[in-house]
Formats: sequence, C-alpha cells, structure tokens
Amino acid sequence: MKHLMRTIPVMAASLCLATSVAMAGTLDDVKAKGFIQAGVNGDLFGFAKPDEKGVWRGLDVDTARAVAAAVFGDADKVKYTPLTAKTRFTALQSGEIDVLTRNATQTLSRDTDLGLNFVQVNYYDGQGFLVPKALGVESAKELDGASVCVLPGTTTEQNVADYFRVQKMNMNPVVIESTAELSKAFFAGRCDCMTSDASQLAGIRAVAPNPADYKILPEIISKEPLAPAVRHGDDQWMDIVNYSVLAMIEAEELGITSANIDEMMGSTDPKVQRFLGVSPGNGKALGLDENWAYNIIKQVGNYGEVFERNVGVDTPLMLERGLNALWTNGGLMYSPPFK
Amino acid sequence: MQATTAPEKIPFLRDPTKRSILYQLVTMAGVALLGYYLINNTLINLERQSISTGFEFVEKEAAFEIGESLIDYSAADSYGKALLVGFLNTLIVSCIGIILTVVLGTILGIARLSTNWLLSKLAAAYIEVFQDIPVLLQLFFWYAFFYEILPGPRQALDLLPGVFLCNRGMIFGVPHYHPAFGYAAAAFVLSCIAVWFLRRWAIKRQDATGRTFPLFRASLLMLLGLPAIVWWLGGAPTEMNVPVLSGFNFKGGITISPEFTALLLGLVLYTAAFVAEVVRAGIQSVGKGQREAATSLGLRPGRVMHLIILPQALRVIVPPLTSQMLNLTKNSSLAVAIGYPDFVSVAGTTINQTGQAIEGVALIMIVYLIFSLSTSAFMNWYNKKIKLVER
Repeated sequence: MKHLMRTIPVMAASLCLATSVAMAGTLDDVKAKGFIQAGVNGDLFGFAKPDEKGVWRGLDVDTARAVAAAVFGDADKVKYTPLTAKTRFTALQSGEIDVLTRNATQTLSRDTDLGLNFVQVNYYDGQGFLVPKALGVESAKELDGASVCVLPGTTTEQNVADYFRVQKMNMNPVVIESTAELSKAFFAGRCDCMTSDASQLAGIRAVAPNPADYKILPEIISKEPLAPAVRHGDDQWMDIVNYSVLAMIEAEELGITSANIDEMMGSTDPKVQRFLGVSPGNGKALGLDENWAYNIIKQVGNYGEVFERNVGVDTPLMLERGLNALWTNGGLMYSPPFK
Repeated sequence: MQATTAPEKIPFLRDPTKRSILYQLVTMAGVALLGYYLINNTLINLERQSISTGFEFVEKEAAFEIGESLIDYSAADSYGKALLVGFLNTLIVSCIGIILTVVLGTILGIARLSTNWLLSKLAAAYIEVFQDIPVLLQLFFWYAFFYEILPGPRQALDLLPGVFLCNRGMIFGVPHYHPAFGYAAAAFVLSCIAVWFLRRWAIKRQDATGRTFPLFRASLLMLLGLPAIVWWLGGAPTEMNVPVLSGFNFKGGITISPEFTALLLGLVLYTAAFVAEVVRAGIQSVGKGQREAATSLGLRPGRVMHLIILPQALRVIVPPLTSQMLNLTKNSSLAVAIGYPDFVSVAGTTINQTGQAIEGVALIMIVYLIFSLSTSAFMNWYNKKIKLVER
C-alpha cells in the first residue's frame, strides 16, 4: 500500500520531470544557450517588476544581472520567468529556470526536502503588518479578531498563524493568489490588515491609492533571509551564483563603485587587485573570466548602489539599510575574503 | 475431397478475433512500458535532487489558519484535517451551485422558449452575455463588486434585526444550540420517509381506482408540520446567537463570506446560461404533435409539461446537463483567485509548506476525480431511471 501511495503521485508529475535534463553542468548549459533563465517575482515593485518601458528593474533583477555579467560579461543576457510563490520551487527543481532570485526565504526544509541550495542572502527581511491609519491600531498585539489579507504559498501564512496563536488572538485569513488582486481587496477594506515581508509591504504601500493613509506596524514577527537559490547537485554553479552576490558586497566594502571602478583597476591595494582580477586566480577557480567581478560592478554596481537604486530611502519604498548595511556599519552584510 | 470437409485453417494474422487480441496486447504493453519509464525516471530524478516523497506530511501540524470552515479547525490541527476542510468547502460550493444552476437554467431555458417576446429576448440576451464572458473575469467582477460597494463592518448595513451586510460578508443570527433542534431534524427525516410511502400509496390508489390524492399539499404539511410540532413539544427554544460588533469584526452568528458568495454567484450565473441552452434543446426535441395530442385529450398545460413533454425532454437534457455539472465543480477551483479556501487553495498552501508538490497535485487530481465520478454515477443512474420504457 505504501508503495502504491508513493507511485500514484509520482505518475502524476512524471511527465514534467521525465523531460528535465541532466543537471550536472548548469554553467555549460547556460553558456550553450547564451543566456540565464532567472525566476523572479514579476509583480513586486523594488525587487522585480518591469517598468513602464518593459525593462525589468529591482534588487532581485540586479542579482540575476550580476550572475549574467559574471558568466557572459554582459548583464543583459538574462531572460526572466515571472513565478508565483507556489510555482517558484517547482520551476527550479524541474530545470525550467537556472537560478531563482524571487525574494524567497531560506529555511531548513527548503534547503533539504526541496532539494534547493540557497546562497548569500541579498536582503534580510522580516514579516510585518500593514494597516490603514484610520484603523487606529498602534501595535500588532491589538489585532485580535482581525481579518488578515495573506499572500498564499509563503512562510507568511504559517508565521502569522503562529504569531496569533502565541498572542492568544483570533484571526480570519483571506488568502488570494495574486499580489495585485490581494492589494486591491485590501485597499478596498476587505481586510483590517495585510501581512507579508516588510519590504513587500513597503512595495505594496508605494502603489496604494494614497500611500500616506497606510503604515507598517513596528512588530516584525519573523526572520526572513531572502536569498537566491539553485538546485542541489551542481556545486560549481552554486559557487558562481553565491560569489556573484558576495562580489557586490565585497565591492562596497572595498569602496569600489560602478563610477570609480576604472580608476580602481590601477589601485595598489592587493585586495582590490585580486578582486578585480588584476592579479589573477579567482576567475579560474570559479571557471569564469578573470574580469568577472569587474563586469559585475561595472555593469550592475556594488550592493550599496543596487540597494539605494531599487529600494532605498529615495525610492517610493523608502527602506532604510537597517540589517542590510555592511557589517562595518552595524548590519549583517559580510563577505568572506576574495582570495 | 477431404480438404472441403475439414474446416479451413486461417492464418493467425488473418483471423480478425485473434488479430484484435494481439493488437490490444501490444498496445497495453506499450502503455505499461511508457508508464514504467515515466515513474522510474521521476523516482530517479527525485532521488538525485534529494527531494523526499511520500504522504507522511498528512499527519504533521498544518500551522496555518483557514478563513472559513464547516468543521472545527485551528492551526494546531493536521494537514489531513486542513485538506478535509478544503474538501468540504469545495463540496458545499459545488452542491449548492449545482442545485441553483439547474433551477435557474431551467427557468431561463423555458423563458427562452416563451411566446412572450420580451421574456424570450431577455433570456436570450442573458444567455449570450454570460456564456461569452470568461468565468474568471466574472468571478473577479462579483468579488470586486462585494468589497468595493459594501461598507466596512463598523458601518454595516442593518438589513433586518440581527442581519448585517458589509464587506466582510452577510452576518446573521442563528438559534443557540438546544436538543429540541436535533429532535426536529430527526422528525424532518422521518416525515421525508413518510412522504415517500404516501406517494407510493397515492399512485397505487390512482392506478387502481382512478381517484387522485392532493399529494403536494399533504406532503408539504407533513414536512413542515411534524418538525414544528416536535420543536414546540421540545420547549420551543427561541434564544438566538446574535452577531455583535466587537473590535474589528462581528462576533457570533454565522458569516457568509463575500468570497463564497462571489464564487457561488459567478459559477451559477455562468453555468446556468449553458444549462438554459441544454433545457431549450431538450424541450424543442419533443415533437409538436405530442403537445397537441395531449392538449386535445384535455390535459391542462401544467400536466402536459409534467406528464408528456418533460419525461421525453429529460432524455435529451440529462447527458449534457451532467457535463455542465462537472464543469461547475471543476471551475470551482478558480476559487483560489478570489480567496475562497477551496481544496485547491488549501492543497496549494500544503504543497508550498511541505514541498510535496507531486503528492499534493495527485491529491487534487484524485479529489476532482471523486467529485466527477460520483456526479456521473448519480446522473447515469438518473438517466437510466427516466429512460423511455418501450412497450
């Protein structure tokens, strides 16, 4: 019986998985087809969303672009697959995409059961609550009995249920698949509050009919390290994606920006020389050109530039660096040495 | 001479019976091989990506809340129970949806054939409009209609005493639990059985003596009267669980959510347009002479419809009606787009939290297969029952 229970579902999905290619050499596959297929959110302002001209913009988009710059020397060689919270892991598992940069939280079960490898976190987030100011609520602890708009298929559903259980409060969730539909229902007053990662709430508030009418409550109820992910079983590809993110962090620490990078090529600092491939070694170790890190910073920028451009205080999202500052500034962004 | 008496030996491949058996065996082997290849390949792929498989997750704590549930459910219950909640939510929306669709579709179908020009054209316009707009758009429309038009709970419309309408749904009072209601429900079931026997007796008596019996009025009296008497004997409890505004929302009473209403409305209005066409086709398939003959025998128009037209029309109506019922059930999976926690929605959350996509999708397929097969089985039984008895 147990065997039967295992085979029936297997039959169901075997059609899609049966066709998936051998996953050993993602780098070779990517080079052969000439671009990176990146799974992104597609509807999240500041992280991944096409602008009015159809150009993809956002922190997650720039992360995928950094990988393309490292592999091809051209950050534009990325094709984007917009994925829902539900389909994202399946898309990666089945080989439909090469890398997942879709504000996905790293967790133990995803790292193991799902067969994924998460790399360096590109945004440290936490789940919060967005409420209309008119509701007159100052703290999440006053939300007993509230209707809560929740995006499905994320850790958010579980976190919010846990939080209300611990606080011995009741909630009535309204779960809608698409961010756009959910936001519309929330702005129309279907729910008292909306819960998601704080960065996402900031993005949703930015597109509200009147952003000033809404506020994010101070309680952050979860740890959400958002990180790019790749499939299990291809260590070289994982290294490339991991160090593409780390290169942006290291560059910020070394003071290298897209503006000053050509001057920095003449730097006498051995750390900078190694980083930019002036003294070779790093590129060969990764299986890439020696100027891979140069290409990332020149074409995409360092982490600070990417952050400020997409989600920083001067953008509609108005997010502070906070946990995402460099470790030297009291944040968590820390890169191992590039040697 | 001998050759003509002995039966001629037919070569194996020329014998149509043996040949067809051979072809079937080859096809079956091919299908089995393909199946084995797919399963084996998937298992290997899953193994290599170290994705765990199996249904062990069903007993783990679900740890997520569900917006509406017919049974007691909390985040501390198992995934299995959460899936049951989703199953029941799909079941109730499909059952109510099918009943309303058949009623509305029949009315529309008959109206479409009405000799009244306005009525017939209105029905035609309805059918064209609702058939042509994708059902997902209709769902979005009704859902947006509810949350955009209706006020918040603090400004809820007080329709009747104890009945409130707001963007959280329709909230109304229900009687407090009392044993008398249980007895009344039992009395209702009893009177249903009694009515069934009464009907058999009435038909038998009419066949034997020709005397008719006012069956409808007597049945109605029994169905309503008996439970009412039992309720009165049980102490006539009238205490109500009335909803009151507390905090953000109403507490107490029963809430019919805008998600449920929007889904039900969208599905019923959409599918009824198709059912109306099915009903119209069925009625039109009955020859005009049948009606004229029945009328000339002196039957009243209601009786003509009931005794002559409908029994013949139903043979044409039932098979396509079954497929519309199945469509409604399957379309109810669009619930996830407007936030109603149906089986697909709950299974989706389960898949994401546990990562068991293959198992989850298999469960979804099995559940819809169960819904479809049981609807088909019932309708096939009904179809056989109404089949024209040829003498």
